[in-house]
Amino acid sequence: MRSQIEGSIAVAKAVALCRPEVISAYPISPQTHIVEALSDLVRTGELAPCEYLMVESEFGAMSAAIGASATGARSYTATASQGLLYMAEALYNASGLGLPIVMTVANRAIGAPINIWNDHSDAMSQRDCGWIQLYAESNQEAVDLHIQAFRLAEELSLPVMVCMDGFVLTHAIEAVELPTQEQVDTFLPPFHPRQVLDPDDPVTIGAMVGPEAFAEVKYLMHAKQMQALDLLPEISGAFSQAFGRSSGGLVRAYRSADAETVVVALGSVLGTIEEVVDELRADGVRIGALGVRCFRPYPLEEIRAALQGAKRVVVLEKAFAVGLGGIVGQNVRLALSDLPIPVYDAVAGLGGRPITRRSLHTLVADVLEERLEPNRLAFLDLNWELVERELQRVSADRRSGPHAENMLRDIGTVAASAHGGPTR
Amino acid sequence: MSAEKLKLYQVGTFAVGNRLLDADQRTVQARTERSNTLTSGHRACRGCGEALGARYALDAAMRATQGKLVAANATGCLEVFSTPYPESSWQLPWLHSLFGNAPAVATGIAAALKVKGRTDIRVIGQGGDGGTLDIGFACLSGMFERNDDVLYVCYDNEAYMNTGVQRSSATPPAARTANTKPVGDEPGNVFGQGKSAPLIAMAHEIPYVATATVADLHDLEHKIERAMEFRGARYVHILVPCPLGWGSESSETVGIARLAQETGLFPVFEAEAGEVVAVSQIRRQVPVEEYLVAQRRFAHLFGDPPRTDVIADLQARADRNIRRFGLLQEEAV
Repeated sequence: MRSQIEGSIAVAKAVALCRPEVISAYPISPQTHIVEALSDLVRTGELAPCEYLMVESEFGAMSAAIGASATGARSYTATASQGLLYMAEALYNASGLGLPIVMTVANRAIGAPINIWNDHSDAMSQRDCGWIQLYAESNQEAVDLHIQAFRLAEELSLPVMVCMDGFVLTHAIEAVELPTQEQVDTFLPPFHPRQVLDPDDPVTIGAMVGPEAFAEVKYLMHAKQMQALDLLPEISGAFSQAFGRSSGGLVRAYRSADAETVVVALGSVLGTIEEVVDELRADGVRIGALGVRCFRPYPLEEIRAALQGAKRVVVLEKAFAVGLGGIVGQNVRLALSDLPIPVYDAVAGLGGRPITRRSLHTLVADVLEERLEPNRLAFLDLNWELVERELQRVSADRRSGPHAENMLRDIGTVAASAHGGPTR
Repeated sequence: MSAEKLKLYQVGTFAVGNRLLDADQRTVQARTERSNTLTSGHRACRGCGEALGARYALDAAMRATQGKLVAANATGCLEVFSTPYPESSWQLPWLHSLFGNAPAVATGIAAALKVKGRTDIRVIGQGGDGGTLDIGFACLSGMFERNDDVLYVCYDNEAYMNTGVQRSSATPPAARTANTKPVGDEPGNVFGQGKSAPLIAMAHEIPYVATATVADLHDLEHKIERAMEFRGARYVHILVPCPLGWGSESSETVGIARLAQETGLFPVFEAEAGEVVAVSQIRRQVPVEEYLVAQRRFAHLFGDPPRTDVIADLQARADRNIRRFGLLQEEAV
């Protein structure tokens, strides 16, 4: 059924259609509406049988999901930002144990400074924790990816994160087609776990493994995750046959077949990028876009194939590795390592700063007119004046105070002398 | 044939030996049909109180549940010595996830069993004092307040033994550990710190809380079986001496556990819905010196000159427990 619906509610309904048996919930913005809506569905009996656990932390949320999944229950939770970091230890455990938990990550920045708005710092920080990572471009795709995620997770016995941009998607109300229960039941078979805690057939799960086999166990994790590169396109294809629309897959190209310049990105910003591509195409610029839907496992061959005809690649990413630069950019460079294609890294949208069409036009112009250098991290729309003022303050006064307060004061957000102290 | 003299008190105390009991009153451990849930061949140290406690507790729990039991185990000695890859001593479905999350994992297991209509299968969470009182405490409290259908058993050996005997919040005052060494003016662990997990568990008003030691097998097994009569969150805290960490003779594990109780340093009691309903009384209070002198972790109190002041402070703690819990029996007439 097609309806105007908030992204979070749509995702909650999609998750409910997947018949999760145990949901662990802990509030954190901007994910909270999802688990609130699921609570309603469990309380009214629309989602049954299902145990809804209000746990004491995200660490507890993932831990309860681990216990439930190992007992053969389809298990789900959702988180964001600090919550994802707080469950980091349990994330590695879930993937190491091969438990097919599905989790929504409503992507949000990581503090300090604390910031509730969207970027990809949270999910990117856990890109190597052994979970499959899928990134939704729209709320429709977020809905569809959750349904695919359960099938993928349970087929491989690996956990899957469905990443959707916090607020930009979770709180956006737009038209979403929600499938029927019958459609989802046909697409998603009941969960038959590969390992289960059962008194009739007792197994030890989570034994200690020393140097004699640890590397082999870890290799199998890698080999298993890499199978998703074959399985995901299959599942995506089966999904489009069953539901009549195309969602997910590994990568998605937009007008890039003959493009000289290709912009690579993840998530909802692809919508804006595609509009800019259309506008530039209208002006005769041969530009396209490549959306990475599956970031882990990393679809190296598909990305290479999609980009190898380009003259240059611009990677627009909502996170970066402090002290190094672009994260997605480094991964794209790996895919193009033996090709003479310059890769430009641009960090944008940190902490919820809007990525506008105008900014993207400027970025593309800067690349085409060689105002930016490849392999050098560029920050889109960085307020250099603000940065310079703080740097001057720091060099002038060893105890110049916290950056965040100083800079907010500079732009007039904080009263000039908030605590009665001297204005610095 | 001359009459054989009956030895009523075989274990040097007032506990009655198994052989004198009717068959149906004997301990689970004494029965041929015990499940050997933690079976032989594991790598625990000689005289390990935790291995003993876990064996007693789990066999009792298995008997109480007719073998329908699942365990979630915290990281720690119990996990390490029982599952050296590719071997496992566990004869029940057993899951080890992390150090600090065993109560939450157990919650998840219980939820899964409930949703599948398998509430005949019961769930036990277990860990040491570090995994329970320190790093796992938030998950434990959460499991308690939600009243999840889990029995959590803490095997308390009063320090982080698996990592080399560091202080935990269950380490008693004055005890030597790797980071509370007997150096400086106040040797050993400081006074005025630490916490009582059983009392905190009671503050959650969960259905059942009990303490036990490996010295009283009947009592320990009774408490596990009693715990299994309740639904909801239950907590059993078992004192398990650690010869390695305490510097005690491996043959004295049970004896030292008994002294911990008989001095009053470790009160043994049961509580239901936040109220103490029974205490294991002491016939004759043993001075704390007898308990302390048997353990090298307290050796610095018996130097030249001895730290009679510190020993007196420990005696005061024991005396307070005795007053607080009513541990001392009225003098027999």
